[in-house]
Amino acid sequence: MNQPARTPFVAALADAPLPASGIAWLDQARRGNLEAFADAGLPDTRVEAWKYTALRALAQRSFAVGDAQACERVVDPSAWAMAGIDGPALVFVNGVFRGDLSVLDALPAGVSLQPLSRALVDEPEALRFAMSRHYREPGDAFARLNGAFATDGTVLRVAAGARIAAPLRVLSIGAAAGHDLAWHGRHLVEVGEGAELTWVEQHLGSGEQAHLATQLTDFTVHADATLHHVVLQQAGAGSSLVRRSHYRLDARARAHLHVLELGGLLVRHDLRAELVGDAAAFHTHGAFLPDGRQHMDTQLAIHHQARQTVSTSTWRGVASGRGRGVFRGAIVVNAGADGADASLGNKNLLLSAQAEIDTKPELEIYADEVKAAHGATVGQLDERALFYLRSRGIPQAQARTLLTTAFARAPFESLADAALREHIQQLLLARLPD
Amino acid sequence: MLKIDNLHARVEGKDILKGLSLEVKPGEVHAIMGPNGAGKSTLGNVLSGREGYEVTEGSVLFEGRNLLELEPEERAAAGVFLAFQYPVEIPGVNNTYFLRAAFNAQRKARGEAELDSMQFLKLVREKLKIMQLSPDLLNRAVNEGFSGGEKKRNEIFQMALLEPKLAILDETDSGLDIDALKQVAEGVNALRSPERSFIVVTHYQRLLDYIVPDFVHVLAGGRIVESGDSSLALKLEEHGYAWVAEHGEPAGASA
Repeated sequence: MNQPARTPFVAALADAPLPASGIAWLDQARRGNLEAFADAGLPDTRVEAWKYTALRALAQRSFAVGDAQACERVVDPSAWAMAGIDGPALVFVNGVFRGDLSVLDALPAGVSLQPLSRALVDEPEALRFAMSRHYREPGDAFARLNGAFATDGTVLRVAAGARIAAPLRVLSIGAAAGHDLAWHGRHLVEVGEGAELTWVEQHLGSGEQAHLATQLTDFTVHADATLHHVVLQQAGAGSSLVRRSHYRLDARARAHLHVLELGGLLVRHDLRAELVGDAAAFHTHGAFLPDGRQHMDTQLAIHHQARQTVSTSTWRGVASGRGRGVFRGAIVVNAGADGADASLGNKNLLLSAQAEIDTKPELEIYADEVKAAHGATVGQLDERALFYLRSRGIPQAQARTLLTTAFARAPFESLADAALREHIQQLLLARLPD
Repeated sequence: MLKIDNLHARVEGKDILKGLSLEVKPGEVHAIMGPNGAGKSTLGNVLSGREGYEVTEGSVLFEGRNLLELEPEERAAAGVFLAFQYPVEIPGVNNTYFLRAAFNAQRKARGEAELDSMQFLKLVREKLKIMQLSPDLLNRAVNEGFSGGEKKRNEIFQMALLEPKLAILDETDSGLDIDALKQVAEGVNALRSPERSFIVVTHYQRLLDYIVPDFVHVLAGGRIVESGDSSLALKLEEHGYAWVAEHGEPAGASA
């Protein structure tokens, strides 16, 4: 095998010391993942999954592993204050759990929530399956990095039958440090049989830092359980953020996902769902709004593996400035997943001549009696609607904002929690001022 | 109030209006009738400032101001209202929110105080009665899923709320059954006043049974070829538009 010359990115991380856990299987998994990362490096655009997201600029940068001063970083809690939502929250600053900022008292009955760093001390064997994984696909560079270096994150379990009304939150905050950092979060969320959970994942960061964060989350939704997962991505303007969310749904389990991508400079989100139980249902909704030189790439892959499984996906992209959006939505209906019902739509707005959106819906069907529909469009604001608003006295800029906000908000109208819906409306209005 | 002089306008390189002149004084109702393709809708679009309509000659003065220089939103704030032939559906924009944004934008442009949501809602309830519109239409997206009649009534409702000085009704009767037509006409008649003028553009005489105009003009070939009182509409109904062409030389409108 020819070894490609190591880029500064790979060189800085490949030789970094691994965290020592004192747990043999974990240390071994970390070594394995780091070796795989060092061997393969970052994927280039010849790798299909990275076709529209070039990592050349990232490859020339170097990041230090972790932040030794994370516990002293000063951050402002008002940055994540949300009207009507004040439940339990786990806060991570530069990847490190901050007990002083988190709210973990008054957990509802049936909820077990703790940082991964603590769970690894208390009950490492329970985490063995998830934490000893090796990532073997081409393009898995960031998952390998996460597998090698993640020392903190979330372990959340909701007991069977527990219905948790108030949203629980996890906040990942990037704070300025003396140099660019790479940090990694590993999150495990399990919703027990017949239970219900609303899980809000927020990414925030100051504009002065240009860190790289990877976040890897596994959701297991057991039979008859319901998961509401909301992602509010407002990472710092110079930061890079690579997330992978993996969902496994048992029989009659339901997951509702709402994602708002606003922040970051280079943002990648891989969503993979496996509908393994009959009549499982997965509903995804999202909007990405790249502006300036932001690049936002969403890769959605839904696998229907059982009968009568349902998935719907409603995604909107709004690109302005030199912003670039990428959306790939793949639906696979396996053999035997008869009666599956899948629909996927991605509509996009280009608000400037330099903005770009690449969208690619894909369907692969190997079962019988399947209903499937997909479609994608890229266009500009509706001139007729714009004129209609202006003819009633609404100035042009305000009319454009009104239409753009309405377009971007559409995926969130199905959000059950009114406080979250209102918060998202406010975020969109702040992003698209009139 | 409105003085159109020798107006020429072009759409997609094609001359549509070819020397249209018309004067509308406060409180007057003018009906503009004409065959398809005569330029009826072009007139409304030019007056309200839609893009793509190029004025090549002539002038339009509204209360002494050059209307053609103004942006669509400035014309609205000045008091010009176009009731659309095809009201646009705007998914995701709440009807009440839209109405309040429009209402307050106009007031702001005129240097008047904006209304808060409570004050505005009170005003909306009063105006709703005039149009006999169901209040739940207000909670829906603008025109989305409205029936043809609801859309047209919503246009008149907007007019009642925005209280323009000059309202242009562009084939508001098209696609309406007789009951809906009567409702729309009642709404318009309720808004008639010595200060408010109307230009009612229509293909059929039927609407003018309910909105009785002071003047009727026949538009053909991009200019007004015949003007008269409301009896002209009846003649047209009886003889058809072909009669106009035979009847006489094109004449400039005098009101």
